[in-house]
Amino acid sequence: MTAATQVVSSALGSATSRSLDAGLKRAALGSLGVGLLFVGWWLVTDYSAAQGSFLARFSLARTMSALAGLLADSSFWNHVGVSLQRVAVGLGLATLVGAPLGVAVGLSKTLEAATTPAFQLLRMISPLSWMPIAVMAFGVGDRPVYFLLAFAAVWPIVLNTAAGVRGLDRRYLQLASSLAATRWETVRRVVAPGIVAHVLTGVRLSIGVSWIILVPCEMLGVTAGLGYFILDARDRLAYPELMATIIVIGALGYMLDGAARGLQNRWARQN
Amino acid sequence: MTAPQVLAGRGLTFQYQGAQSPLFSDLDIHVQRGEIIAVLGPSGVGKSSLLRVLGGLQAPARGEVTLDGEPLLAPHPRVAIAFQDPSLLPWLTLEKNVAFGLDFKRQPRRDKAERAALVDEALREVGLSDFRRAYPSELSGGMSQRAALARCLARRPEVLLLDEPFGALDEVTRREMQALLLQIVADYDTAALLITHDIDEALAVADRIVLLGGAPASAIGQWDVRVAQPRADAIEELGQMRIEILQALRGAVRRPRKDIQTCALTASLAVAC
Repeated sequence: MTAATQVVSSALGSATSRSLDAGLKRAALGSLGVGLLFVGWWLVTDYSAAQGSFLARFSLARTMSALAGLLADSSFWNHVGVSLQRVAVGLGLATLVGAPLGVAVGLSKTLEAATTPAFQLLRMISPLSWMPIAVMAFGVGDRPVYFLLAFAAVWPIVLNTAAGVRGLDRRYLQLASSLAATRWETVRRVVAPGIVAHVLTGVRLSIGVSWIILVPCEMLGVTAGLGYFILDARDRLAYPELMATIIVIGALGYMLDGAARGLQNRWARQN
Repeated sequence: MTAPQVLAGRGLTFQYQGAQSPLFSDLDIHVQRGEIIAVLGPSGVGKSSLLRVLGGLQAPARGEVTLDGEPLLAPHPRVAIAFQDPSLLPWLTLEKNVAFGLDFKRQPRRDKAERAALVDEALREVGLSDFRRAYPSELSGGMSQRAALARCLARRPEVLLLDEPFGALDEVTRREMQALLLQIVADYDTAALLITHDIDEALAVADRIVLLGGAPASAIGQWDVRVAQPRADAIEELGQMRIEILQALRGAVRRPRKDIQTCALTASLAVAC
């Protein structure tokens, strides 16, 4: 190794360890924040609440033991699986519709002008407001849930995809036309790969939205899923299980967002 | 010269939409096989627009562009354009960037093996065979510009249109790229038209120099550079021509003085060939 490469690699090494240190510090602070949340919960429901009081039903200690029980129970994992599958289907439908629609809106100024107010209007209506109509149209079961999830998830994808198309480097489009590309070749070979990062941003936002509205959607006419399980726990007066499910919903949502973020970073690093 | 005109523009007039007057008007220009034409002129005179019109990327208001006598109305597979920015697609490896567009519908039909052979040869020509799997972010400015040239070459073009492709490179790399351009034109017997604002670059590579000036712009001067390559030893002969070009530029450019001085400065800063 020459002196120069040694200097470069040691500089790189210290840069890596610096970013590792910063990452560890961040993770430690984050864990501290979550820890404080649980301490607060414990103070309210275990420490200060009287035995047998309303608050004591939601005790952290009992929730944790209920959580351990649930995690060991395969039927609970079945509910988790059903919920995740619904989000996946909703998100898949939203991407299938949203990404091409976003490309079309991004490419055509006329279409953009014609659709923007309509999209903004639809986007601002809570997806849950469509629930009665969805049930009337699709019957009881999974289908109205898919519809509502897709309907909620489609807007971030459409809007981000369209923004990605508009923000696409003009030089790439110029390159495509200089190579005598057809319109379709330009879309497929330049526009589509050029907007992946934006579509991923849209998908990540959509995952958040879907996960948030999944639970209320599952409180209606379905017999499995985490939303259903919460109502079921309430009906059985199993409050520790209810709280444990809420923790699971939060943790799963956090993990889903983390996975989407990871995917996004991986793509960004590659380019 | 008796070689047939490969690419020719006759009576070209171009005007931006909404502009008061044309950018250039009644411009005649042509380029032949194995010849490098340098189009010189101050910034904003319309050099890049002329190249876009010649490449079929923009339609002229009047006049016509022909390729081997046939009207050229849109980008043509036999005409390759290299822009100032290498415009490599960041999500493709170098190899795939060079191959980009070879399989487009409007390009001549080639099977996979033919395309691979063309890419291999183009990469060899520009000296990037060892970097075929690298991504554009891993390449230096000079390497990126070589890759952009390889992308042009892979299509075996008859005409190479170059829009100041070496403008952003450092002096040493620029010299290398100029030598590479000469080699490419000799190896492939291509017709090349190079847009540049650097008089020394034009003198180093061109067989003919066309000077654009005025508003609307027109060809205000033309020089045949009958000095054999390499031209490093012909400082005296080229020096005289350089002074003539500079004088023509000063005399005819109807631009604010500041612009002319900037242009002259660029020329005097560059090392004489």
